[in-house]
Amino acid sequence: MGKRNVAIVGVAESDFGDTPHLSLNGVHSQAAARALADAGLEKTQIDGLFTTGGGSGLFPLEIAEHIGMKPTYIDSTGVGGSSWETFIEHAFTAIETGKCRTALLVYGSTPRSDMKKKLRGGELALAPRGIAQYETPFGPTVASRYGLIARRHMHEYGTKPEHLAAVAVAMRRNAERNPKAYIRTPITVEDVLASRMIADPLHLLDCCLRTDGGGAVIVTRADIASGCRKKPAWVIGTGGAASHVSMAHMDPMTVSPARRSAEIAFGEAGIVPKDIDVLQCYDSFTITVILTLEALGFCRPGEGGDFVADGKLAWDGALPTNTDGGGLSSNHPGMRGIFLLIEAVRQLRGESTAQIPDARVAVCTGTGGFMSHCGTVVLARD
Amino acid sequence: MDADWFHPVVDVESDNFWRGCREGKLLIKLCDACGRNHFYPRDYCPFCWSAATRWIEASGRGRLYSYSIVHQNPLPPFKDRCPYAIVIVALDEGPRMMANWDFDVPLDQLACDIPVTAVFREMDGVLSLPAFRPIG
Repeated sequence: MGKRNVAIVGVAESDFGDTPHLSLNGVHSQAAARALADAGLEKTQIDGLFTTGGGSGLFPLEIAEHIGMKPTYIDSTGVGGSSWETFIEHAFTAIETGKCRTALLVYGSTPRSDMKKKLRGGELALAPRGIAQYETPFGPTVASRYGLIARRHMHEYGTKPEHLAAVAVAMRRNAERNPKAYIRTPITVEDVLASRMIADPLHLLDCCLRTDGGGAVIVTRADIASGCRKKPAWVIGTGGAASHVSMAHMDPMTVSPARRSAEIAFGEAGIVPKDIDVLQCYDSFTITVILTLEALGFCRPGEGGDFVADGKLAWDGALPTNTDGGGLSSNHPGMRGIFLLIEAVRQLRGESTAQIPDARVAVCTGTGGFMSHCGTVVLARD
Repeated sequence: MDADWFHPVVDVESDNFWRGCREGKLLIKLCDACGRNHFYPRDYCPFCWSAATRWIEASGRGRLYSYSIVHQNPLPPFKDRCPYAIVIVALDEGPRMMANWDFDVPLDQLACDIPVTAVFREMDGVLSLPAFRPIG
């Protein structure tokens, strides 16, 4: 398997769910402090900051200032939920080339509290200028963009609403094990199908949660990792792939860019799908999971529906996936890719609330935008 | 907040397209260097990066590649329109585009791969938008 020069050594979530007691910056601070304690490192050892851009063009610098850092390596690549897997790739390269010793990835978002305070609405449309002027005027919601993908997949392959629902049911089974998951009430396929339609063919329970929350991940080189509190999770492969922003440019609409990101990452790591003990797969919507499973090669194109139907994505199934409950049941503040990394590391350490026995290889595949970009990270323990 | 999520901010690359919509024409672009059509319109061809692009009028006919029926959108003016459908149409000339399913055609007539044709609907006295209807 791939090189073992760079490792994730610290992971933490902030409080999540409803966090009216935390400011947006405060979510970042809390997550960073907890991840640092998890790693057992000193704040002064961190020289790299990786965080997504925000409202002001200087957002990464605002976060740096707020948490009292003056990093010499900084990155705010904004590709949506897969930004975090992309940051791992960039941090890996920066650490390997000596441009950075120890990197902090930190995320926070408070959409749930912001909506209650009427600071934002329930839908984030792209402003109808530039390339978005050719789609926004027709009223596509985020859910309906994924609805387009789901509909085409159903048309080409006979994927059924029951298949999509099986993904939501498995994620909820995982959430039942996680005391911190936002929603833990068991659901059935029938419950998903009976929930109200949001963007046909996607029902309410096919859609991720909208919670507050954040997370942080600390990445460092091997010699520093050896002095950390916990066992390292080695970064043994990374890959990224861009696709589109306009839905008319997603071609074909049934193939996730994860096909390309995973090919690169798996090649680098020297693994094939059957080597993977636990998968963390972006689940903004149930269809996201089905396309990603096909793209990663767990099944053939079009077979994702049948693949998930028997519940194998649950923690006690054949392919444990999103063992924290995922974005469908645990938390989803908007760009969820960092939580994939956090749960993968916990599995490799033996710390998950839905622990897979002897998990050695974990894969995270983040998806940004409207299946616009994917980033895949392969992690392994010693 | 009264952000406008509906009216396109017209620019020098899009001006002809939106004017075409007001005149009932679906304008796309052809590249004379590589011979390929594209949509949305660019000054430089997205395939070969030539600047030798020019406007052509598309037939308006194509096939419905995919659709989704929006049941929930809190943003004006879409909120009052629910349920409505967004569609992706593969034009006979090649490119795909998003539009609405024509507002007076029943939603149960939506189906992937059916032949469709464009019409133009004046929305509010300012904006004309393409919408697609089934053929035959």
